[in-house]
Amino acid sequence: MRSCRDITALVSQGLDMKLSLGERLAIGVHVMMCSRCRNFQSQTQFIRKAAHRYTEQLQQQLDKKS
Amino acid sequence: MNTSNQLSEALLAEHRPVMFRYALLQLKDTELADDAVQETLLAAWQASANFEGKAGLRTWLIGILKHKIADHWRRSAREVVTAEFDQIDNDEDESDEDAFFMSNGHWNGGPTTWNDPEAALKQQEFWAIYETCQNNLPPKMAKVFMLRELVGLEAEEVCRETSLSDANYWVTMHRARLRLRECLEIRWFNQSKTKKEHRHA
Ligand SMILES: [Zn+2]
Repeated sequence: MRSCRDITALVSQGLDMKLSLGERLAIGVHVMMCSRCRNFQSQTQFIRKAAHRYTEQLQQQLDKKS
Repeated sequence: MNTSNQLSEALLAEHRPVMFRYALLQLKDTELADDAVQETLLAAWQASANFEGKAGLRTWLIGILKHKIADHWRRSAREVVTAEFDQIDNDEDESDEDAFFMSNGHWNGGPTTWNDPEAALKQQEFWAIYETCQNNLPPKMAKVFMLRELVGLEAEEVCRETSLSDANYWVTMHRARLRLRECLEIRWFNQSKTKKEHRHA
């Protein structure tokens, strides 16, 4: 079984490219049993959402200033 | 307008949002960013006969945009700022990922469950923390993260922009996410319980 370090690396990669079926399965099986990696998975998705929102806000603030 | 040009205005305009965000992050001024993008699109349209291969259109456009941004800094005599963003190359801590995991690859500490992350997005204080955490990333890591998540470039475009190999890109993004996650957890999610209690008190 793959370690949490390897699984989180895959989860991170999955945000930037399409993973193979085998890789997605490996993640799925692991996070069923490992709550920390499950948290990592949802939290990295949240961070992506926050980053997008942050950019929108930055733009709005700058719009107001000018 | 002109059918002899290879690139239509519509095709160029598709890349406008990404270019705008790229310019905005560096210039921190919507008007300046908008000008830089305008100038870039105009220059690109005029030079479109020189452009080969649609696959790399965005890379080509960003190349032009970088020149426009550099021109701006030169005019306003603030080269230092570009140098900071454009020429940071090596980051120190190669081993910092290891702090997150033990030698057998298991978490050292590791993610706890966050209480209602969606609610955080609506709170002003959260964004100050988010910004701090993002700024606390080592410079090159911050640049890679921002090009991907804030500007919205594809992974391979980020690699080209930062001269990172694929392997280094994956490692860098993995670390950036581990760091950001930990920072948000320590500074916000592990704190917010007490904060909320205060507010309702
Ligand atoms: Zn795990």
